[in-house]
Amino acid sequence: MQKEYTVTVYTEDRIGITNRITIIFTRRGINITSLTTAETEIPGVYKFIITVLSTREKLDKVVGQIERLIEIHRAFVHEEEEVVYQELALYKISTRSLHTGDIERLIRENNARILTITAEYFVIEKTGHQQELIDFIKKLEPYGLIEYSKSGRVAIVKWSRRFHEHLKELQAQEAEHGL
Amino acid sequence: MQQKDVLPMKPEIADKQLTVKPVITGSEAVIRSLIAEGVDTIFGYPGGAIMPIYDALYDFQDQVHHILVRHEQGATHAAQGYARSSGKVGVAFATSGPGATNLVTGLADAYMDSTPMVCVTGQVAAALLGTDAFQETDVIGITMPITKWNIQVTRAEDIPAAMAKAFYIARSGRPGPVLVDITKNAQFGEFEYEYKKCEYIRSYRPIPELSMEAVADAAALINSAKKPFILCGHGVLLSGAEKALIALAEKAQIPVGSTLLGLSAMPVDHPLYVGMLGMHGNYGPNMLTGEADVVIAVGMRFDDRVTGDVGTYVPNAKVIHIEIDAAEINKIVKADVAVHADAKPALEALLELVQPAQHSEWLGEFRAADKKEYEKVQHRELYPEAGELKMAETIRLISEKTKGEAVLVTDVGQHQMVASRYYRFKNPNTNVTSGGMGTMGFSLPAAMGAKMGTPEKEVVAIIGDGCFQMTLQELGTIYQSQIGVKIVILNNNFLGMVRQWQQLFFDKRYSSTEMVNPDFVQIAKGFFIPGKKVTAREDISAAIDEMLAHKGAYLLEVVVEKEDNVFPMVPAGAPITSIRLE
Repeated sequence: MQKEYTVTVYTEDRIGITNRITIIFTRRGINITSLTTAETEIPGVYKFIITVLSTREKLDKVVGQIERLIEIHRAFVHEEEEVVYQELALYKISTRSLHTGDIERLIRENNARILTITAEYFVIEKTGHQQELIDFIKKLEPYGLIEYSKSGRVAIVKWSRRFHEHLKELQAQEAEHGL
Repeated sequence: MQQKDVLPMKPEIADKQLTVKPVITGSEAVIRSLIAEGVDTIFGYPGGAIMPIYDALYDFQDQVHHILVRHEQGATHAAQGYARSSGKVGVAFATSGPGATNLVTGLADAYMDSTPMVCVTGQVAAALLGTDAFQETDVIGITMPITKWNIQVTRAEDIPAAMAKAFYIARSGRPGPVLVDITKNAQFGEFEYEYKKCEYIRSYRPIPELSMEAVADAAALINSAKKPFILCGHGVLLSGAEKALIALAEKAQIPVGSTLLGLSAMPVDHPLYVGMLGMHGNYGPNMLTGEADVVIAVGMRFDDRVTGDVGTYVPNAKVIHIEIDAAEINKIVKADVAVHADAKPALEALLELVQPAQHSEWLGEFRAADKKEYEKVQHRELYPEAGELKMAETIRLISEKTKGEAVLVTDVGQHQMVASRYYRFKNPNTNVTSGGMGTMGFSLPAAMGAKMGTPEKEVVAIIGDGCFQMTLQELGTIYQSQIGVKIVILNNNFLGMVRQWQQLFFDKRYSSTEMVNPDFVQIAKGFFIPGKKVTAREDISAAIDEMLAHKGAYLLEVVVEKEDNVFPMVPAGAPITSIRLE
């Protein structure tokens, strides 16, 4: 059955690595619904967090084919309950609405915060799961939402400790090989 | 021309290497890197963006033999043939733009068939990248999904490390093609050259650690099996595991079937060898997958041509899958015991734990099936007494006259299936064919490469009339470089395999499959290659003798029955056990 999965991929820092990963999803006709990537705490190692709608069976194969790529350390598929995750959204609102009644309460109640205020607009930041962030748009609409921007998923895997130890070992191995 | 021996480096170069690092151009570094990797043969075609490399090559002609092909696709297939017959990494050169895009088919073919190959392409200067400069193409982007690895080098000093990685990746683990794209400024740039072979990449584990637990589980399954069956794939050859496989089969008396690319791993006349698997394979090994209780798949990937309908494949068997590429395990067929390992150590470990056994009744079933196939199909194919010449009898004669010891290079289609079915391979790595991709036009250039890779062996290309016309310009290469390949065109004036399917599944509506062919012998003559055309049964034996006796290249056109079909066959998508003998 199709459902939302989180795929995490640990890679080397290489031009084109995103392309190498995404074409494997493309080949099987899987749409990537979000993609976040940044360097990990280990210099030169990047982590991709990809969300997709697909089946476990398909994704297990996709992950195998991703791992086969030379510059990939590991790739994993995670069920919803295996990851702790957040997304971040920014909302740009007309400054005029600051004066209309209860926006302050709305921000407070939704655990959002104001990042910046100018004469024309202000920017609210909110983190949460996708649905909360989308629901918040609706709540802000009466105040004149000018622009909305949301990140992909950032996730921590509940059982990930061993892999991070492995990554650190790699650094030691590298030293051994004089690289 | 015979392949040159690997010569030691020029003394002055060797000396320089020992003392100070020489300052050389990126182009010279490419050639020196190749020499450092043991390369002595390159197939290629020059052009604007790779001219500096060709210029550097000019100084190393005594160490590296460059074969000027007639089309870059030919260079890739030649490199493939070279690699497949010799076990070494094949090397191809091409320029940017169209030169690079012409490599695509060969790269995809080598990727599907796990062939070690390094392609070097020239590229426009780094400053021009992305500007639609003359003959610029994004070859990295284009070849990403069809290479094991690729890299663009934009600075001369990065060339040695890129080349070292390219060779390491191409030949290690499950082999595959690698492309190194080098911008023109990097070819011109000068730097202090030093070459270090690559033996480690931290994100890459080419040889998985053998799990003795998995081996023990596999042995337990085999030891309890009543009807065990080994499926031998290309991985057996790539791993050099032929002897281990035969030892295992002999110890427990297990029949062995081979995939198309696994052919030649086991001698065809071995009593435990039961034939080819798949759509046009032999009757017994396909039929009896339905009865096997333990299937030991070694270095193969359960291609759909082997399994037929996956849902009904090996219904009664526990599956042991010995495979070096983790992505192949459970991809098509679920493994009950997965041995993620290189075939040779895995089979050697398994051999220790497997008990001697007899499966005479089970082996008898294969013999009975074989007999049935022989009576219904093979006899009339191999020894026809009347009618037009048959593909199978031609292959039988070639097989007999070369004693099964030639390197057989086949193209794609009916002639390929017939040759694979009836050539009696004796030695490993003597079957070179385009399996996964099914690339028509593969065999003529691949045969050139195979001959360059194993000049001591007779190399016979078996080609259909359609396939031949896809890459026949390589006759020019064969003449110029005096490559002594024997070329056999099995001419039925049809795209035979497509026609067979049209006959069987499309009401004989022969849509665009009939060919009006040129005079192939005259074409060969135009390239100064002698040849002969045979149409009658009484002439074929002598004609093959004449071809084999001729020193150097020779083309033999055999006009065969126009509407001959290859049987047995399994309709696409049908259960493999529904294999039809007629």
